[in-house]
Amino acid sequence: MWKSSRLGWRGNSSTSDRWSGVDGGAAARSGMNQKKTTSAHIEFIDIAKTYDGGTMVLPGVNLAIGSGEFMTLLGPSGSGKTTCLMILAGFEMPTSGEIRVNGESVHKLPPRKRDMGMVFQNYALFPHMTVGRNLSFPLEVRGMAPGERARRVGRALEIVRLEGYGDRRPGQLSGGQQQRVAIARALVFEPGVVLMDEPLGALDRRLREELQLEIRSIQRELGVTMVYVTHDQQEAMTLSDRIAVFNEGRIQQAAAPETLYEEPATEFVARFVGDNNLLRGTVRAVDGELCSVAVGDGLVEAFMVEPLAVGDSTVLAIRPERVALSPSIEYSNSVAAGVEDMVFQGDHWRIRVSVFGESDFFVKIPNFIGQGGILPGDRVRIGWTTIDCRALPASG
Amino acid sequence: MAIALKRWNRQALGAALLVAPLAIFVAVTFVAPLAAMLVRSVYQPAVAEALPETLAALAEWDGDSLPDEETFRIAGAEFVALDERRALGSVATRVNRLQSGMRSTLLGTARSLAAETPAASWREAMIAADADWGAIESWLAIRRAGEVITPRYYLNALDLDRGGAGEIVVQPEDRRIYVSLLLRTLLISIAITGICLLLAYPLAWLLAHARPRRAGLLLLLVLVPFWTSLLVRTTSWIVLLQNQGVINDLLVTLGIVAEQQRLALIYNMTGTIVAMVHVLLPFMILPLYSIMRTIPERHMQAAASLGASHWQALRRVYWPQSLPGVAAGSLLVFILSIGYYITPALVGGRTGQLISSMIAYHMEQSLNWGLAAALGGILLLLVGTLFFIYDRLVGIDRMRLGG
Ligand SMILES: Nc1ncnc2c1ncn2[C@@H]1O[C@H](COP(=O)(O)OP(=O)(O)O)[C@@H](O)[C@H]1O
Ligand SMILES: [Mg+2]
Repeated sequence: MWKSSRLGWRGNSSTSDRWSGVDGGAAARSGMNQKKTTSAHIEFIDIAKTYDGGTMVLPGVNLAIGSGEFMTLLGPSGSGKTTCLMILAGFEMPTSGEIRVNGESVHKLPPRKRDMGMVFQNYALFPHMTVGRNLSFPLEVRGMAPGERARRVGRALEIVRLEGYGDRRPGQLSGGQQQRVAIARALVFEPGVVLMDEPLGALDRRLREELQLEIRSIQRELGVTMVYVTHDQQEAMTLSDRIAVFNEGRIQQAAAPETLYEEPATEFVARFVGDNNLLRGTVRAVDGELCSVAVGDGLVEAFMVEPLAVGDSTVLAIRPERVALSPSIEYSNSVAAGVEDMVFQGDHWRIRVSVFGESDFFVKIPNFIGQGGILPGDRVRIGWTTIDCRALPASG
Repeated sequence: MAIALKRWNRQALGAALLVAPLAIFVAVTFVAPLAAMLVRSVYQPAVAEALPETLAALAEWDGDSLPDEETFRIAGAEFVALDERRALGSVATRVNRLQSGMRSTLLGTARSLAAETPAASWREAMIAADADWGAIESWLAIRRAGEVITPRYYLNALDLDRGGAGEIVVQPEDRRIYVSLLLRTLLISIAITGICLLLAYPLAWLLAHARPRRAGLLLLLVLVPFWTSLLVRTTSWIVLLQNQGVINDLLVTLGIVAEQQRLALIYNMTGTIVAMVHVLLPFMILPLYSIMRTIPERHMQAAASLGASHWQALRRVYWPQSLPGVAAGSLLVFILSIGYYITPALVGGRTGQLISSMIAYHMEQSLNWGLAAALGGILLLLVGTLFFIYDRLVGIDRMRLGG
């Protein structure tokens, strides 16, 4: 049933007119903005899933997604992201656990009653219908009147900047345009939640970045709750309010992008999100939140993410851009290193050095002083602050 | 430019040589017999060649009163001459098809004329030999039998005939058989096509969307009957369906049907429909399957996430995308069934016969090849029309039979 209370998606025409000359999409979005209250909050409670009765694809996921939040499920292929999304959408049943939407269990609801717009990786547009019919399909099955349907379809096309494409067939559109149509179709019936499963995976990089920004601004302006799946950490950073990092069916950490980057909680997150130097070592001394770690033939001061005891083995994570080369001021950690290799990357130099007996430690130096007069084979000093060196519990 | 043309020519020649064996095979075994048969349905020179002088004399005749003495003499002499060459019999058979009784009239008269050549009036002698010669219809029949190009067989095939003045009239009630048989053939074919579609659609769905292993097994089950001899399959239906057959025995044993009221499941229309549905089912399943395999399962999920019920998703999203397969399968099954012969002949009894049985009868028993050819021509026209309509509605290039 179409809920009349949700017909609030009506553009204030004077606003639209004022803005349409500049940015039709933004104007339409501000028109849709009035319905913020309908977006839903979601809870995964101990969701476990096995397909074959043996291997647990999801051993037990707990995650709360706030109303209007952009939540990204990030992880390598096969880590269970799609399974999570399918359970949320109702296409798969959890083996145990429960999903709550706005505090109520949706266990018994079939997908069509869950009020979730879904965007699939290969668009899943209906090829025998025009773009307009694709968009009006969800409105037709809800029994909406033709006039209202046409108005909403027109508005949705405006939002994704495809005005005038209503009569085309999906097959006549480019990949990026098809993805826009798929997004518009997931939005047109004003669902409380929008789910996207690697929606940009099939597009080239430029188009992907363009659509990322667009998805982000549409979501922000509509205020709809978004659950987005990707294996691309750059994409996750660009889009999300929060990111849940998956590995082998477990959520490693769910946090805002800055937090994930600055304070990775596990070795996996440190490795998967952004570039990191990882050094294995053994805790030698503990002092409050700080500790001294023996790495190879050296000793490194580090910040503990969770309490470690003397003798524990640990992994130190140091971002390459936080490492200074030939440090002029005295850092808490400062060691001699040999330059092995230098790669020019445009905006920075990526320099591989050997330190503590290892030869795959990277340093990034910004490209505003050339390469700083350094050449392969040189002996240099590198250094970093204690707070930039995080001691993580060693996994496995 | 000239070089390119030359090159193209050589390639075209190569391609032509490659397909030549097939083209010749098709021409000799299919196109030529078909063309010969179609020609035969309108071109019948036998009588004209046998009775040239009689027909020349009759061409002058007004057709209102009996022909004159001269015509009688020419005709009588020609009948006698033909009979001596033992060639009158086939002519008499052909005239007899237009006017029954004429076979014995012709043969008897020729014999009595041969025994005693008329001294005076041939006319009186012939009427004395057989009173039929005093009737105008007999002479009209001979004149019409002599037409070289004739619509006669097509008219007959549609239960029509020509009256004395050449106008088209409907055959008398007791001779009208072909139109109703043709209609019955069409109706049974439509029924078979419909039943095949109903049975095949869900099965093809399963085949297309089940897990690969299960789908492979199912496909094998579908194809096994395909590899079994048609005769074996048809006779196995006899074993199942006959009066003392498996199904009736089962029904009687279970007490559903009384011993005296065993169901007539075979040697009637039911038998034809059951056996033909079985025989033709793979022709529906395979095109459907090959189309359905190309429809992403995601589409049904997408429809559900957009709020559609199973039924709405099936009707508005899945069914339209499966239409090329539905059309291809239906067309195939329909075309195969309107011309089907063996199965109805074996299990159709009297009421389950299709037009093909009549064609076979005229080919093998009555030797009226012209009529057989005309019936075949009508079937061909029907199929051609169907193809045309299909092309208009769906487009022949959208039809997929496999792959
Ligand atoms: N329908 C299914 N049947 C059986 N196993 C599945 C099915 N879907 C996914 N899996 C398995 O579950 C694991 C997680 O898959 P998935 O959720 O698709 O991961 P992701 O989306 O992160 O790549 C994989 O090992 C995959 O093989
Ligand atoms: Mg996936």
